[in-house]
This record gives sequence, C-alpha cells and structure tokens, in this order.
Amino acid sequence: MNSLKAMPATVGADADTPLRRQVLRRIRSRPTTRGAMILLAILLLLALLAPFIAPQNPHDLGSLSVMDNRLEPGSQGMTGITYWLGTDAQGRDMLSAILYGLRTSLLVGLTSTVGALLIGVFAGLVAAQFGGAVDAAIMRVVDFMLGFPSILIALVLLASIGRGIDKVIVAIILVQWAQYARLMRAAALVERRKEYIEAAVNFGLPTRHIMLAHLLPNSIGSVLVVSTISIAGAITLEATLSFLGVGVPVTQPSLGLLIANGFEFLLSGEYWIAAFPGIALVLLIMSLNLVGERLRRSFNVRGP
Amino acid sequence: MTAYILQRLIQSVLVLLAVSVVVFLAVYGIGDPIELLVPPQVSAAERTAMIRRLGLDLPIWQQYFGFLGNALKGDLGRSFVHGVPAVDLILARLPATFELVLLAMSLAAVVGIPLGLLAGLNPESRPSRAIMAGTILGFSLPSFWKGMMLILLFSVFLGWLPTAGRGETVSVLGLETSLLTLNGLKHLTLPALNLAIPNMALMIRLVAAGTTEAMTQDYVKYARAKGLRSKRIVGRHVLRNILIPVVTVAGMEFGSLVAFSTITETVFAWPGMGKLLIDSIYNLDRPVVVAYVMLATLLFVAVNFLVDILYAALDPRVKLTGEMA
Repeated sequence: MNSLKAMPATVGADADTPLRRQVLRRIRSRPTTRGAMILLAILLLLALLAPFIAPQNPHDLGSLSVMDNRLEPGSQGMTGITYWLGTDAQGRDMLSAILYGLRTSLLVGLTSTVGALLIGVFAGLVAAQFGGAVDAAIMRVVDFMLGFPSILIALVLLASIGRGIDKVIVAIILVQWAQYARLMRAAALVERRKEYIEAAVNFGLPTRHIMLAHLLPNSIGSVLVVSTISIAGAITLEATLSFLGVGVPVTQPSLGLLIANGFEFLLSGEYWIAAFPGIALVLLIMSLNLVGERLRRSFNVRGP
Repeated sequence: MTAYILQRLIQSVLVLLAVSVVVFLAVYGIGDPIELLVPPQVSAAERTAMIRRLGLDLPIWQQYFGFLGNALKGDLGRSFVHGVPAVDLILARLPATFELVLLAMSLAAVVGIPLGLLAGLNPESRPSRAIMAGTILGFSLPSFWKGMMLILLFSVFLGWLPTAGRGETVSVLGLETSLLTLNGLKHLTLPALNLAIPNMALMIRLVAAGTTEAMTQDYVKYARAKGLRSKRIVGRHVLRNILIPVVTVAGMEFGSLVAFSTITETVFAWPGMGKLLIDSIYNLDRPVVVAYVMLATLLFVAVNFLVDILYAALDPRVKLTGEMA
C-alpha cells in the first residue's frame, strides 16, 4: 500500500517509464483490480471453452431428460450426471446453460460495442474535422439520442422489429454510438489545436490522411478507455431486454434470458434457476466495471 | 434570461416534433399500419371502413399532419385491448409510477448525501474505500435480478414483505396513493429500494467527488483560518456548494428513473405506466406504445427544460446568452 502513495496520481506524470508499463503497474498494484482482471480472464476463457467443458449441450434438446426438471443443486440425474447448480424447467443442467449463456452475453456485448465504437468514432472525427454545419448536425443528433434513457429507445425499437441476436446488437449500437461520438469529438478538437496537426495541414497533406493517420490514433485513447465500462453497459442492456422478452431468442438464451426463465419459480423457493445465472452476470459486469474504472482513473479520463 | 428561455423552448418543441416524425415513420412507414392499427379479429367490411376512418388511404404527408393534429388535441389513438383512449390509460397509471420514483429519489438522497460526504472527507480511509467499492456494486447489479433477489430474501426466505402489487391505497385529492397506509408502504418498500440503489451509488459518487474537490478550495482554507469548526465548514459552506450539481443531476435522473421503473414495475407487478408499456408490447397494443413514447418524450423534454432553466437561475456563472456548450 505504501508504494502506491509514492506513485504519481495519474499516468504520464512519470516521464521515464513508458506509458503502457506505468498503466500496467498501476493496475496490478491494486489487489481489487488485479482480482477483477483475473476473474475477467477466467470468465472469457470459460465462455470460449464452453463446448468442451460444459457437462451437457444445453441447446441439444435430445440430450435433456425432462424427468430431471427443477432438481436442486448437487442432485443426481437419471443418467448418473450430477447437476452441481441444479436444473431448470426443461431438465437442463444450469451449469452448462450458464456457460453457454455467458457466450451469448459476451458475443452481444462485444459485437455491439465494436459496432458502436466504429460509428461513434467516425461521426466524432468527422464532426471535429469539418466543424460548422456538419458538426452542428451530428451533434444535434447526438444530443437528441443522449436525451433519452437507452433502455427505453432499445425497448421500443425491439418491440417493433422483433427479437433476435442481430436485432439486439443493432438496438444496442443505436443507443451507444452517440456517447462515443461526443467523446471522440471532444478529444479530436483538443488534438486539432496542436502544432503537429497544423504542420501536417501546412505540408498540404490530404484531409483524409490527417484524419486517419494523425487525428484518429492520437485522440482515440480516451474513447477506448471508456469503452471497457460500456461493454458492461451493453451486456446489462442485453440482459435487461432479454428479461423483458424483447431480446435474444429462446433458442440461444443469454444470462438475462436464463434469469427470466427462473423468475416464475422464484416464489416457490426454487432459487437456483434465477440466482446462479445472475451471479455469473454480476461477476462479469463487476469485473468489467472495476477494470474499466481503474483504467479511466489511471488515464484521467472523465466518464461519458 | 427571457431570450435564453425562448431559445430552449424552441429547441424543446423541435425535439418533440422530431420524435413525432420518428414514431410516425416507425408505425406508419416501416410496418404495415393496417396490420398495426386495425385489430386482427375484425371482418373484411369493418376493415375497409376502419382503413377509411383512420385515413390510411391518404398520402403519407397528409396522414402525418392528421396524426400530429390529433396528438396536439391529446388524442393518440385507442387501446385495442382496453378500448379506451391510450392517453387516459397511461395517465391513470401515472400516480403509481411517480409515487415509486419520488420515494426512490428521496431514499437515494437521504442515504447518498451523508455517505458521499463521509467518503469525500477522508477519501483514503478504509470505510470510504468500502463505500466507493459498494457504489461499483450498486451500478453493476442488473435492476431486474437485484429485484428478484430482494423478493427471494425479504419475501420468500424471511417472509417480511409482499412480492407484488400496490397494496391498500387511500385517495388524497383524487389521487390514489400507497404512501399513507401501512400495507401500502410495505408494498412500496422493495420496489422503491430496488429503483433507488443505482441512484444512491450515483449520489454518493457525486457528493464524494464534489466534497473532495471543495475541501481544497480557497473558501474552505479561509473558513479554517477564521477558526470555524469543521462541522460548520462542511455543513454550511461545502454542502451548499456541492448541492447545485447534485440537484441538477437528481433532476435529470428523474426521467431515467421513470424509464427504469419499467423494469422494477415488471419484477414487482407494480401497476404503473412502465408495466403498462411492457404489457402493451406483449399484447401488440401499438396505440398505447406510441402514446407512451410521446408522453415520455414530453416528460423528458419538460424535465430537461426545467433543469436547464433552474440551473441557469441558480448558478450565476452559467452564461445566459448564446449557445450552451
């Protein structure tokens, strides 16, 4: 703990050590953040390896035994398999369902974040570079989007286009790109005032080259830092939409949909169907938030 | 000030118009409006009559102005399921939602401001770190799962509080409220707590950040030099200065709490407008969904407008002329 106080408050203050090393050192120095990173790595690994480590394929209805429905955690099934986290109403092993659900949740969260980043960064860059009417038009749309709670926009959109993994991703991209656009524009505007950009302009370099080769790499840092927290936001949003019945389809349940399936059995005390997928979801969101928060503080980036 | 208010008013009206165009296009443009607006169980003759009556045979711009004209008169269509005007249906559910949201906001302020002060005054102490870690947990718990776990703990395992509904209500000035009966309060506790938790976390963070910053300001140093006691410095000077951003954010959060109450109301079967929205989505009751979107937009725009005006009035540093950054 004492070594921490001797460290500069934000990265970049200590000029001798490379920036990346400083950040890594700061992240590792906090036990909570280190724990969160390890947890995140484990969850990612579990999601990737789900088909190999899950005791059962929860999407293969033929392998399920309906006789085993709603068994308590630790029960033995008809085929001798042990259900460590219990089973759901279809006799599906909850552990396997959670491992596969983690895949769906991460797939939606990561894809939609990348999509929103691409659109937002492009829009912010264009707004900062061209200014004037282009800037005003883009930023009015951004203000408009950010004026409404994201859950409401996504909910109403999905209510009219129907459920599906691709549709959820589109909905999340639609509600998340605006925050990246705002951040990117702010960062790019600061960067544009610097001398090297002025030099590049005076050299007569084409605008596209200045934007993509100079402005983009030098101002995208803060946006990427914030995107870690936004992945958590995207995963929460997907889970909520799926819980409300407008998210992913029942054939490919995410953690949110698994929780929703357990809702009706909650009152009879069959807690495991809703509780365990929820714990997995919370661990995933918490670890992303903790890592993102530490990154944000280390780089001294203000939130969206 | 008048010019600023006028400018913001025009902006607000433009936002409302933009939403009306988007909603109109979503309902009438993308989907088949006949399928959306005419109930599927009517006969062919009734169907033709309804298409004529709803004006669905007119060109699209004429339809839009018809929609806009009706909306201005407060007519956003009739619910298929309930057979009454959609706006009336939503307004009838409004008190239940507002009751929940107002209680949640008060809870967030009552818990969040003292804890935020505590964390902001000694940011490196162990309790402060625990509080700040707690706020991350508060942000991270998905609202619907948190609500289910509250039900599991307080209703299923402990049996202390009811799981669903509004309980007994009494009528005050024509509005039904659960706040004044013991049974109603019991029903309110869990949903309000569930709705309040993320806002508590937000409040703690805002107050803590503001306090830490304020303590380094010159006016605090001056008050110290004058020999004022810490309690008085915090209570009288620091708290006052950090309350402006807190009130602003609390105001802006009102809209998002109304939106988030959709989830809480679904989990706790709370008969508010959020539950109505979800039910209407399930029942394909499009006029109610459209009316909800328009009314919610009106609410957000009105709240943002009021917050901006209040902020400008409260804080003399806000420039009243020209563009707000």
